[in-house]
Amino acid sequence: MTAGASSAAAPSPGAAAPSLRARSSVRTRVRERASAAVLVLPGVAWLAVFFLVPLVIIFVVSLGTSDGRHVLLTNPGLQNYAEAARSEYLPAFANSVRYALITTILSIGLGYPIAYWISRYGGRRKVLLLILMMLPFWTSYLVRTYAWMIILRDNGVLNGALRSVGLIDEPLIILNTDISVILGMTYGFLPFAILPLFVSIDRLDDHLVQAARDLYASGRGAFLHVTLPLTMPGIIAASILTFIPAMGDYVTPDLLGGAQTTTIAKIVQVIFTSGHDWPGGSALAFILMLITLGGTFLALRSLRRETFG
Amino acid sequence: MSGRNRWLSALAVATYVFLFAPIVVLILFSFNDSRRTFVWRGFTLDWYPRLFANADLLDALWTTLIVAAIAVVASTILGSLLGLGLARLRFRGSGATETLILLPMVTPEIIMGISLLIFFTQLLSAVPALGRISLAHITFCISYVAVVVRARAVNMDPRLEEAARDLGASALGAFRYVTLPLILPAILAGAMLAFALSFDDLVVTAFNAGPGATTLPVAIYSAIKFGVTPQINAISTIIVAVVAIALVIAWRLGAFRGAPPAVVAEDAAPA
Repeated sequence: MTAGASSAAAPSPGAAAPSLRARSSVRTRVRERASAAVLVLPGVAWLAVFFLVPLVIIFVVSLGTSDGRHVLLTNPGLQNYAEAARSEYLPAFANSVRYALITTILSIGLGYPIAYWISRYGGRRKVLLLILMMLPFWTSYLVRTYAWMIILRDNGVLNGALRSVGLIDEPLIILNTDISVILGMTYGFLPFAILPLFVSIDRLDDHLVQAARDLYASGRGAFLHVTLPLTMPGIIAASILTFIPAMGDYVTPDLLGGAQTTTIAKIVQVIFTSGHDWPGGSALAFILMLITLGGTFLALRSLRRETFG
Repeated sequence: MSGRNRWLSALAVATYVFLFAPIVVLILFSFNDSRRTFVWRGFTLDWYPRLFANADLLDALWTTLIVAAIAVVASTILGSLLGLGLARLRFRGSGATETLILLPMVTPEIIMGISLLIFFTQLLSAVPALGRISLAHITFCISYVAVVVRARAVNMDPRLEEAARDLGASALGAFRYVTLPLILPAILAGAMLAFALSFDDLVVTAFNAGPGATTLPVAIYSAIKFGVTPQINAISTIIVAVVAIALVIAWRLGAFRGAPPAVVAEDAAPA
């Protein structure tokens, strides 16, 4: 995502290339194609074998059945998908989508003003402020989630602090509720949202906002009709980057949600670590992937409509 | 205007506190003199020596480092070649290749974890757990290295290499003495990111780990699930420190230069 942004932002160095390329002989072109093969093929082959093939295998296995130990493909069909639509899985699907959507909305609601602040008021310290924002993101998601357990426990840091100032008598029950799961996910994925938001806000030409103000737009009007539409690509990119990991996250629902919180990712995890119904688990995983890809596709389509009218 | 500025600033400061508070709590409690980890009892350094006497955790740390070393070397080579190829050459299928690179970055980790689990058990069951984890880590690191190297190589002026050729350098010589030094910071930065990703990975590893090949995050996860000891705080503090140091090095090498275009624009302005 960042690569695309920066390649678009750097027109000058490559500008000399076309004229040279037009003069290039057939021999150079052949050589160029050969070096493309040498450079790109090993990586492409690797990703094809260890990324694409396993994805295809998930789908194939999801069509099979299980005898408790082995995957059987003697009678392939869609029965596992019919099974996945059964009512016992519906709350898990609903939870997954609900957690992911609320996390996305909170991350953008919180991330947008922060990104705006860094871009407009960060001055020379912009990059430093941005890196500080990203720093927790690079320090073990697992370890940070565990830290929230210490803080949110009934006899944890937060309740201890609140009790010692006399704000509460009874501990607040936060851990193992929806609140702790959503808090943990928002905490984990907020930096994913801030980076693309910052990029699009920072790229916005301030003269456009000034022009709107000169033409008598109110501060709010200029924001709603100029700033917001022009930064929509950033908002959409941020939504995608938050929604995808939130949908697939099983660590947060497991550690901060407790035993009674179910999500699809958590069910898939249990099936593959301690259960044997791999075909059923594969079907659930495949549906999970379709939901995230579907969400990404919808977001990208609205981005295209936003950009090209 | 200044009123709004103040509100925004307050919100920003609150967000930074929100982001760093758990890490501070974690580090603080690694010095807590209590087996029950969530009440402060006084300062101690005990948990660190005990950590280094814990053979299981040390084994896991060793495995983590071996896997990370393999993943860094292999993914840096493959990813750098990919990034360079995409930045410098137009070829049929370059659009598809870019999609192929982005796909692992937008696929939920759990999908990658179970797909590799099925792949290995069904097709390559002879591969031992350590090998499985290493192959998996290489796979998810390649894309990140490729994206970082590509961002840098795209911003490189191709005329520099052409000038070297005009002055009689061979293709290999021009690459060795002009292109490589210019993109080296991005390659090293990509390697650092690969290390951080590999060192930190829980989800993909958890599905492919086995007896004798458990990494640190997997060990920590089961320790959290089944009875916590403050040793976990201590090892977490060490992890935070290691990743922070890796990040600072990556930053100094320019890993994040590809990210905000404003910074790129300054950096890419032809001298």
